[in-house]
Amino acid sequence: MHRLFQFKGGVVLKEHKKDSSAIPVRPAKLPPRLILPLKQHIGAPAEPVISVGDKVLKGQLIARAGDAISAPVHASSSGTVVAIADHPVPHPSGLPAPCIIIDTDGEERWRPRERNVFNFADLKPAELREIIRDAGIVGLGGAGFPAAVKLDPQGHEVELLILNGAECEPYITCDEMLLREHALEVLAGLLMMRHALNAKRCIIGIENNKPKAFRALYEEIRNTGADVEVVEVPTIYPTGGEKQLIQVLTGKEVPAGGLPIDIGMVCHNVGTAYAVYRAVEFDQPLISRYVTIAGSVAHARNLEVLFGTPVGNLIEECGGNRHTLRRLIMGGPMMGIALHTDAVPVVKTTNCVLVESAMHDVPLPSRNEYAMPCIRCGNCANACPVNLLPQQMYWYTRARDFDKVQDYHIFDCIECGCCDYVCPSQIPLVAYYRFAKSEIWAQEAEKRAADLARERHQFREFRLEREKKERAARHKKKRRAVSKGGSDDKKAAIQAAMERVRAKKAAQDSAPKNIDNLTPAQQAQIEEADRRREQRAKENHTPMSTEDSPR
Amino acid sequence: MLSALLALGILGVLFGLLLGYAAIRYKVEGDPLVDKIDAILPQTQCGQCGYPGCRPYAEAIARDEADINRCPPGGETVIIALADLLGRDPKPLDETCGEEKPKMVAYIHEELCIGCTLCIQACPVDAILGAAKQMHTIIESECTGCELCVAPCPVDCIEMVPVKQGLDSWKWPAPPPPPYERPAADDDPAAEPAGAH
Amino acid sequence: MTEYALILISTVLVNNIVLVKFLGLCPFMGVSRKLETATGMALATTFVLTLSAICSYLVNEFLLIPLDLEYLQTISFILVIAVVVQFTEMVVHKTSPVLYQVLGIFLPLITTNCAVLGVALLNVQQQHGFLQSAVYGFGAAVGFSLVLVLFAAMRERIAVADVPEAFRGPAIALITAGLMSMAFMGFAGLVKG
Repeated sequence: MHRLFQFKGGVVLKEHKKDSSAIPVRPAKLPPRLILPLKQHIGAPAEPVISVGDKVLKGQLIARAGDAISAPVHASSSGTVVAIADHPVPHPSGLPAPCIIIDTDGEERWRPRERNVFNFADLKPAELREIIRDAGIVGLGGAGFPAAVKLDPQGHEVELLILNGAECEPYITCDEMLLREHALEVLAGLLMMRHALNAKRCIIGIENNKPKAFRALYEEIRNTGADVEVVEVPTIYPTGGEKQLIQVLTGKEVPAGGLPIDIGMVCHNVGTAYAVYRAVEFDQPLISRYVTIAGSVAHARNLEVLFGTPVGNLIEECGGNRHTLRRLIMGGPMMGIALHTDAVPVVKTTNCVLVESAMHDVPLPSRNEYAMPCIRCGNCANACPVNLLPQQMYWYTRARDFDKVQDYHIFDCIECGCCDYVCPSQIPLVAYYRFAKSEIWAQEAEKRAADLARERHQFREFRLEREKKERAARHKKKRRAVSKGGSDDKKAAIQAAMERVRAKKAAQDSAPKNIDNLTPAQQAQIEEADRRREQRAKENHTPMSTEDSPR
Repeated sequence: MLSALLALGILGVLFGLLLGYAAIRYKVEGDPLVDKIDAILPQTQCGQCGYPGCRPYAEAIARDEADINRCPPGGETVIIALADLLGRDPKPLDETCGEEKPKMVAYIHEELCIGCTLCIQACPVDAILGAAKQMHTIIESECTGCELCVAPCPVDCIEMVPVKQGLDSWKWPAPPPPPYERPAADDDPAAEPAGAH
Repeated sequence: MTEYALILISTVLVNNIVLVKFLGLCPFMGVSRKLETATGMALATTFVLTLSAICSYLVNEFLLIPLDLEYLQTISFILVIAVVVQFTEMVVHKTSPVLYQVLGIFLPLITTNCAVLGVALLNVQQQHGFLQSAVYGFGAAVGFSLVLVLFAAMRERIAVADVPEAFRGPAIALITAGLMSMAFMGFAGLVKG
């Protein structure tokens, strides 16, 4: 029996998971058009390596990683690239972002296999990470951090590798279904990750509301004899948060502002492990994932969805929503984002599509219309899993005192929504914290820009001073040279130079010799030039036309 | 009487000497407060405050000659930060200095540029690339939007354009005031603010 | 030993110099807007109070009493206090120019802080010895700092709270100070005498 610990706070939520976990998962229907954003991860956007009009195969690389912290993008199906343009993407702002748009041909032709790994244990960890990076694998738990970077111990000793199968948010069952159907593959992926990190121990943590998944994993571990432990943790939201799961399984807290690797732990999602397995064993890049479609749809279920599938297609495939839509959420009810249109594609970080309508009320964190004054009850502080003081952060954000907000460790807030959920005045607390965080980041960016501008200004003043001094020094030297009398040779040289200048001036002063006896062709040319000059003079006095604006 | 005068007199002299020694020992060079004020100012070097640059304005504030609400590019943020630093009350921006505008950068219309270098000499942060009789162009990432280059251009080819806002520069909007703080106007349910979930 | 502990408890809690004796209210109200400035002021005043209590005792004991000049107590104590404050001002200016700028006029105004002169005179009135004067001065300073810091913390929170229009600013600050004073008066009877 593995000893379990507790984290302070958290809330117990109604699960709403039975509907979507009743039937097995099947692949979603191939959409006619795939929209693949260049940035489906944390880090620099990927750079396209194909052009419009190219024919691509399933799994082909279409955009390479932009930076060290970045991930490549692969075509989810075979077809033709029709555009590399801006398209709405799943983002709270609703702003478009650059995407590669592919029209599928329905044939799903795979690209030829490039790699064959017989035994992953023979690979060096760096080679394994290379494969994972080339496969475009990012954290499928929701954050989307490039997995290859997170599988690099970077000199630390990794005591424990945790696989996060907790899935604490209501409605979402994609990880549960993955474990029920592909427990062996997830286990294999875990062992590959352990090899990459050289971790000592492995634990898979899953909430105790998933008995079937637990059974599946337990059986596979017993059958294969893998040195892995699967542990059931109590169903409290947000146990699925990386830092919270570490605390429950080990009792250790990740230091404020730090990462789990600082205490020798690494946490990955079960979906990421599955993707690692497929990449190493079958040379298949990350092009699809399990997505839960739940809420106000006729048949809530999980589907294996290709990236780039528009969300609207998935909802229709699940029977659609026949009631007045209130909100379309990508993610869970606590941490998801409201979408502006159902044309946005499913991306690597999409775990759930939740439809909220008048007929199906989703228990959400608060909305501003019902907010009442804060009564300082302290429920929020009791519920916070990170041991912060939401009440203080709320008051100071309201007063726009961002220094004090930072003093209360706002950057350790995981935006889980527990405080929001328990607030009796229904204040939308998470909205305040998100606003505070982005304001602080914006202020820091401005400060950096201002510091840079100051440096440039100071250097400019220094440069002008230096030029003035140099000029003065040169002047003095010349004057000294001239006043010292100089030799006759020099005087002669100066005289010759002055003669040349006079001659040049005389030559220039002479009138132009070609104004008489003009041919008609020459006259026409002169009139054309005159006309052009007048036209340009007129244009220069007209206001700037807006078409010239670059933006 | 005499003893009183003598006692106090000697006391006074002793203390005077002590203070004199302390004044020399703890002498403060320069004025680090100016640096702290300068660190808050946005370094646009535009001169809208009435001083030729941000550092002279900072020095004026430290000397108590200038008020803290004269910086339009800094806007309310800077006024509040200065008020906090100096323990004064924040005031609204002085209208005579200018108004707070959204961030802009300069753009040179290259087909009209004649390569005269007058704008290069005007730019306080050297954000214009070019040389005599060569094409001039603005280095967008370094431009502070001070607008000092627009006036000197003899062919009027420089225009201020707003900075392009993309996903990277997007900020979460401030939560709107809750119902009990809004004036009780009409009762139609307010439209859901974008991404307010 | 217990005598000094009693003096400390008495000056810090029971007979708190600000909330029970109502001395030193000017910096108490004026510097308590922000916690950082309040802490700075508290440290400065502690230094001044303790040092001037000791120096005042010494001046009184070895200059005024032998020469029969007790009637010069007030003026000579003020002289001592002014010198100590000047010295403190110079040190603060050197070590923390921001604190110097923020405290502003309140730093030299410690000279006129009735708590400082009050402690010096109370020491005389209560006929304290050298160590007792020192502990009394230090205790009064600790009491002053405690209350100043508490009040500043509360004012910071009140500043961002939903105070009704009529009460904003000094009004709610004074009401809070009054409530704190009543709370501290609850310590009466904790120590005999």
